[in-house]
Amino acid sequence: MSPATSAPQIGENQIALLEKLSNACAVSGDEAQVRRIVLEEIKPFADDLRVDALGNVLAVRKARTPGALRVMVDAHMDEVGFMIVEDDKDGLFRFVAVGGIDERTLPGKKVLVGSENVPGIIGAKPIHLAEEGETERKIPLESLRIDVGLKGGKKVRVGDRATFATRFWQSGVALFGKALDDRLGVATLIELFKNPPENIELLAAFTVQEEIGLRGARPAAYAFNPQLAVALDSTPANDLPVWDGSENIFYNTRLGGGPALYVADSATLSDPRLVRHFAQTGEQMGIPFQFRQPGGGGTNAGAIHRVREGVPSLSVSVPGRYAHTAVMLARLDDWQNTLALVYHALSRLEPGILQR
Amino acid sequence: MKALIQKLVETVGPSGYEEKVREVVRAEIEGWVDEMKVDALGNLIARKGTRTEGGMRIALSAHMDEIGVIATHVDENGFVRFTTIGGVSPRTCIGGRVQFLNGVRGVIYMESLESATALPTLDQLYIDVGASSRETCPVKVGDIAAFDRPFLDLGGRLVSKAMDDRISVAVMIQALKELTATPHELYFIFSTQEEVGLRGATTAAYGVDPELALAVDVTRTGDTPKGVKMEVALGKGPAIKVRDSGMLSDPRVVRWMVETAEKAGIPYQLEVLEGGTTDARAMQLTRAGVPAGCLSIPTRYIHSPSEMVDYQDVQLSVRLLVALLSAPVTLK
Repeated sequence: MSPATSAPQIGENQIALLEKLSNACAVSGDEAQVRRIVLEEIKPFADDLRVDALGNVLAVRKARTPGALRVMVDAHMDEVGFMIVEDDKDGLFRFVAVGGIDERTLPGKKVLVGSENVPGIIGAKPIHLAEEGETERKIPLESLRIDVGLKGGKKVRVGDRATFATRFWQSGVALFGKALDDRLGVATLIELFKNPPENIELLAAFTVQEEIGLRGARPAAYAFNPQLAVALDSTPANDLPVWDGSENIFYNTRLGGGPALYVADSATLSDPRLVRHFAQTGEQMGIPFQFRQPGGGGTNAGAIHRVREGVPSLSVSVPGRYAHTAVMLARLDDWQNTLALVYHALSRLEPGILQR
Repeated sequence: MKALIQKLVETVGPSGYEEKVREVVRAEIEGWVDEMKVDALGNLIARKGTRTEGGMRIALSAHMDEIGVIATHVDENGFVRFTTIGGVSPRTCIGGRVQFLNGVRGVIYMESLESATALPTLDQLYIDVGASSRETCPVKVGDIAAFDRPFLDLGGRLVSKAMDDRISVAVMIQALKELTATPHELYFIFSTQEEVGLRGATTAAYGVDPELALAVDVTRTGDTPKGVKMEVALGKGPAIKVRDSGMLSDPRVVRWMVETAEKAGIPYQLEVLEGGTTDARAMQLTRAGVPAGCLSIPTRYIHSPSEMVDYQDVQLSVRLLVALLSAPVTLK
């Protein structure tokens, strides 16, 4: 079967937009930098556009056909990061994690602090001075400090957010960035919004505060009151070889396997009809996809599907290695296939899918 | 009623995949209710009665789903790794059998453990469906299964892998049929996804917007050898929930249930459950809040493949539910 319309493509412009989005700093609760980019990109295309009380961007593209399904597509704007909690003077600041961060990955990483992106470093003790046995132990977060230098210290205040300072780069099909979770979703949703499937009413939610408990998506879904929903996110690929050569049975997803469809995570049992529809779309159109290994974790679908009288929901994620560290690695082909699968699956949606 | 119970408990319906159970329920109550609908999360919601003098809009909920497992990986030799749907303990899995929704059956076993007395973790368990390679395995990642164990009628006691909560589904169906007159507008909710966090009841309760809510669910007992200390036993009648770890029943609802049972001469037990909760919690917390309670059916070995109830308790639960719903309610 050949598609009636072709899916939007990922080209230079889309990669440049992803770069801009990934480099922007938007730790949960302080998403302004990303929100600005999103608004600028989608404004010319929106039939209705607003920023809600929590900071979610809610944008509508009306259907071109009557009786169309009202479909919410979500991507979260926020990223994991840090918050400054105490001024230790001399440009040193104590901080806490915002969202899920493994403190073992922190010492020696460069960060940007506050709305002025003041550069700083999460300091590490020189190995010269390490005492016996010290390198065997994890360094607790409480003992780490962000050091912005004396001058920088004047521009940093308690309550400021900080992110990893990683700049986006591309190497062949490999994309590296600090906040590909979930700027890949944001960039995908922007493309969908610019080139929407014509048979549905597209309710685009660029949401806040996902990383600290799916907080933005709930009011967004309440406001849209959609008939079904798709959460676009990024999910870890733990597809590296096992050190002893045994079969890796906990890979979660694999790079190059295409978009990851969720059947179950700890927050959601995806609607089986949507899982089937997306999988069939992939099979019939020759778009690679994979099933994320069922298990823990959760996406905004977890909040959306329980709103009001319920919303049949599905999560689709771009796989990426090293999630929630200073750099994530994703692949261009997985991103393109995600955009293509979501576009075509939505294009082929008919109201009958919701009948029981 | 035993035939109805057997039909319900032998139908496969893990959380999120309640379709077959829903069809059984729908066929059973067709013609006995005023209207029926299935909501976005798959809850079957049936209305019976219209509100007259002293009547209320009352929601009743029993969940259709059961615990189960979901495949996470098929290895090169055709063994299936899995994770749980709802509260499944590794110790009730070993040597057990499962049936996938596509009909494939398999047995659960474990990697060899360091000591003979150790318990396996979930990661150490696998399902053997008789395949010898990944390519020939009829199960793929994301496939879902329920525990596989036939219904057992011990006379006075009944055993099944899905008494939680099909026994309550049966009680609600039976009560709905025996209820000849009611002053209330009753919504019988056959809910979904309870075992993964009361998800179906959350959206169903929002839709029904009740003035009073009752869940019907199973509860544990304290009547087995060196068992947990708990004042509920099989054979002593339905339990009226006072609290569990997720909900404090509205004291007025508890009083109403106790007085109704006493007036009707139905033996009952008061229940304080220290682990777990029911759809009543989700209904209590919907919208602006709802007075809620729970009628519990005492059950041994909950979340094992052999959950046991007392048949007389079941029949008395039907009687109590009918008595509760037949007359006007005054909460005091």
